[in-house]
Amino acid sequence: MSALISPVVPRTAARRLGWVLSDAWVIARSNLIHLTRNPAGMASMLLFPIVMVVMFGYVFGSAMTVAGGGDYRAFLMPGMFAQTMAVGVTTTLVVVSTQATYGVTDRFRSMPVSQSGVVLGRALADMAGSALELAVLIGCGLVVGWGWHNGPLPALAAVGLLLLLRFSLIWVGIFVGLKLKPESAGASWMLMLPLTMIANTFASPAQMPGWLGALAEWNPLSATVAACRELFGNPGWSGGSWAAQHALALAIGWPLLITAVFLPLAARTYRRLDRV
Amino acid sequence: MSHSERMNSHSILAEGLRKRYGDTYALDGFDLAVREGTVCGLLGPNGAGKTTAVRILTTLLRADGGRASVAGFDVAARPAEVRYRIGLTGQAPAVDEILTGRENLEMWGRLYHLGRRTARARAGELLDRFGLGEAADKRIKHYSGGMRRRLDLAASFILAPRVLFLDEPTTGLDPRNRDEVWQAVRTLVAAGSTVLLTTQYLDEADRLAHQIAVLDRGRIIADDSPDALKSMIGGDQIDLVLREERDLPAAAETLAAVTGAAPTVDATARRVTAPVSDRIGALTEAMHRLREAAVEVEDVALRRPTLDEVFLSITGKGAAA
Ligand SMILES: Nc1ncnc2c1ncn2[C@@H]1O[C@H](COP(=O)(O)OP(=O)(O)O)[C@@H](O)[C@H]1O
Ligand SMILES: [Mg+2]
Repeated sequence: MSALISPVVPRTAARRLGWVLSDAWVIARSNLIHLTRNPAGMASMLLFPIVMVVMFGYVFGSAMTVAGGGDYRAFLMPGMFAQTMAVGVTTTLVVVSTQATYGVTDRFRSMPVSQSGVVLGRALADMAGSALELAVLIGCGLVVGWGWHNGPLPALAAVGLLLLLRFSLIWVGIFVGLKLKPESAGASWMLMLPLTMIANTFASPAQMPGWLGALAEWNPLSATVAACRELFGNPGWSGGSWAAQHALALAIGWPLLITAVFLPLAARTYRRLDRV
Repeated sequence: MSHSERMNSHSILAEGLRKRYGDTYALDGFDLAVREGTVCGLLGPNGAGKTTAVRILTTLLRADGGRASVAGFDVAARPAEVRYRIGLTGQAPAVDEILTGRENLEMWGRLYHLGRRTARARAGELLDRFGLGEAADKRIKHYSGGMRRRLDLAASFILAPRVLFLDEPTTGLDPRNRDEVWQAVRTLVAAGSTVLLTTQYLDEADRLAHQIAVLDRGRIIADDSPDALKSMIGGDQIDLVLREERDLPAAAETLAAVTGAAPTVDATARRVTAPVSDRIGALTEAMHRLREAAVEVEDVALRRPTLDEVFLSITGKGAAA
């Protein structure tokens, strides 16, 4: 047996931060290895958006008109971007609930791992996965005739808004994932998809029945989509409501609000796993 | 002695632990003291509260009442100190299926903040020690159940923990894999760690432990050395299976005469069972007398009492499964 190895407990704030970052990196890295070792999963993750673009862009798109005029596929792409970010929350959900069920979370908690490092690692891995999906989808969009028309800076800002939305949903994913069994976490996808459609993703809320239109307009997703259309310079008249008029502010406000509510909830649920 | 005085000589000390789920107490006044450098087998049927006890002692769960300290630190007040000094292999496997054995151990090593190079060296060392050297670079999903368990054990050995907790480490393993796990535990114990191991098999506790604590519905109902416990419950058992049912009374009479204990008879299985103290002597004598009485024996075995028999002799009731 080798001599007892005892790591030094970090005393300074700088060292503690170093540990958080190192733990986060180790955890993110193992999650990224998962991605690369699952070619089938990766292919379907990347193919799914392409199939959706073809389906909505060509199959349904030929029958769609854009409120306010313009090309439907150019209208559609920002909706697809935001939908992909939103549905990405199911990845967080599934990983979190699987690890909690199968002893991995227990092992983390029985070790002197920094808990913020665990969460940060999870966030890094999820953001990397979603950024990859977004990149593929942007490529797809360019092929089908979508593009940005206001210059690179507003386009980058739009990408930032999309990633901000995804970031805010990590905390929802961790909070809900700690409460669900992996089976139901997997099925959450079926709930998320319709939720992303009661929005301005595929059609303008102005074209929907009154109550549904109102719901769609206030859907946080709609704010991100409308703001992206504005920043990319894509078609889409979003209607005259307050929410539609202030899309940019809401596209920042909603994710911040979601983070402000769910980050503490997720942290609290994680800390209180010892009371279950 | 006070709790803090006893903490010096005991690596695990639990006093009056209680944990309630709804109407049932998973732990209901759980007391346990395990001396440094010894192995304690926590023996109990499904639902007795073994996992709950392990989870409280490893800082994963907060008790509703009572107190506990591990490696000299209170588990509720100083969980971080405890976590540096323990290893845990839980009932559910905690290995990453997609990663290789080596990558798993390196990952856990780095999460113990060993530094890249030390973590790598330690992973290699542990893989060899647990007989996983050849499978080191295969993904876990290609591992057998026994290999997974050994990797899981290896992960809890990374820091060479002062106190190791193993929750049913061999449940669901075939005999060969079970032997491998036992060997790994013995190696660690030889190096001076304290081990708490839960099990449903008296046999397993008997082979590994210096101390056996029997858990029944959240309470310790017996806590002693294996020898003392076995003498209390009558030690080993001799099982005879007869060819003909009509020979059962004769065989029971013979066993009673040889062992000096009252045998139990299971007519449908044509089996007679009695506790023995002198294993080989009793076996030879019984076989000799049965042959003389022309009783045909189909099968004979010497074995440790089952958990059910342990409970029967301690509580007068079978194990409440
Ligand atoms: N999270 C939980 N929620 C409700 N009941 C639980 C929970 N965990 C354990 N129990 C109950 O507590 C008792 C002890 O469980 P456990 O400690 O898992 O026993 P063992 O490990 O000995 O099989 C059982 O009756 C079990 O059903
Ligand atoms: Mg258990």
